[in-house]
Amino acid sequence: MTRRDLTPPQTVGPFFHGGLLPEAMNVLVTGETAGERIRIEGCVYDGDGAPVSDALVEIWQANAAGRYRHPADRRSAPLDPAFTGFGRAGTDERGFYWLETIKPGRVPFDATRTQAPHLNVFVFARGLLDHLRTRLYFDDERTNTDDPVLRVVPQPRRPTLLAKHQTAGGRVIYRYDVVLQGDGETVFFTL
Amino acid sequence: MDGPGRDPSTFPPYLYEAYRATTRRAPKQPLIPLPHTLSEITGPGPALSGALHQTVQGAASAEDSDLTTNMGTGTEAMGERIIVTGRVLDEGGTPLPNTLIEIWQANAAGRYRHRVDQHHAPLDPNFLGYGRCLTNKDGVYRLITIRPGAYPWQNHPNAWRPAHIHFSLFGSSWVSRLVTQMYFPGDPLQPLDPIFNSVPAAARARLIAQYAHDVTQDGYALGFRFDIVLHGPNATPFEPYETAQRATR
Ligand SMILES: [Fe+3]
Repeated sequence: MTRRDLTPPQTVGPFFHGGLLPEAMNVLVTGETAGERIRIEGCVYDGDGAPVSDALVEIWQANAAGRYRHPADRRSAPLDPAFTGFGRAGTDERGFYWLETIKPGRVPFDATRTQAPHLNVFVFARGLLDHLRTRLYFDDERTNTDDPVLRVVPQPRRPTLLAKHQTAGGRVIYRYDVVLQGDGETVFFTL
Repeated sequence: MDGPGRDPSTFPPYLYEAYRATTRRAPKQPLIPLPHTLSEITGPGPALSGALHQTVQGAASAEDSDLTTNMGTGTEAMGERIIVTGRVLDEGGTPLPNTLIEIWQANAAGRYRHRVDQHHAPLDPNFLGYGRCLTNKDGVYRLITIRPGAYPWQNHPNAWRPAHIHFSLFGSSWVSRLVTQMYFPGDPLQPLDPIFNSVPAAARARLIAQYAHDVTQDGYALGFRFDIVLHGPNATPFEPYETAQRATR
């Protein structure tokens, strides 16, 4: 087979909403979905601390049993017919976004190690020539200390990946802000 | 800042000062290499394509690949009708079937159907400006649309975006996610555009569709060919990955 050169990425620009959010995609659960209901919310900020009102946040996660809906995940943990694991949310003029989902189960890191529960997160925006790749972990998870990905993140920067547990009106909310640049800059990964 | 997963001969840097919005949005800390675990070698692509495929079987309109009519007014969009087709491949040249593509674009006058588009060019009541399709079993997609107009933006004095169509693809894994823009051959605005120029010179041609006379349809529309190559997961030695690779082939 001929080796092909990758197609380079370009920014989503400011006008992506019709193409990427023709309908709302920030509620991942139905009444039938198994698992602990959580709400994830936060703001996206730029290097001046100003809200980014034209960002798009995408998440990909395992179900409550720790299984991804994907042919590469051939483990025996059950799939949930009421859960796909993909969500998308645009930010508003305050830079604010929210998603309703369930807390994911744990998935393997390699043959011997397990990862702490996490969401895989992409951030797109005008001014981002390529999307940013990050993860969301839960600040009340004890297994974070053994997570092989968190452990390679320099200790002082790890808190940027931890969503903060709150409750409001009996609901569990995890607050997860994304700082694109500067003080408290979120840890971004390269794949 | 860039890292080993972003080949500098292909990827634009996050900070590209000629594109002003990057100066306050590009991360300054180094990116951290992320191993390709089950979280990265999976992704929503197959599930989303599967869901759309089922809808398409139920209703032919769900694929939404004809932007000249998908406003649903019964009248065609204004502009130069074009066919855009091509293959979606992985780096090994293997075609990727059943892959979801989402597109959006300005109308023939260079105006988006979007609340923040301030360009005082007319909206076309018969043009929605977005759509989606799936690649077939050979990895081929086909869209019908109109050639988008150039439009001004605020980046620098007399700044105009070259004609382009925005593309979004998931591919088979989280690693293969791509959002990009397709440009047209022979557009004099390309060398003046910082977004286009942010891509290393040797890789820019990969963003430009080729005029394809064999795709052009007599008396109907001009044809363009635009192939898209998506990143795949790295080969890593541990077992879950090997198992996964066999499963996705
Ligand atoms: Fe555009």
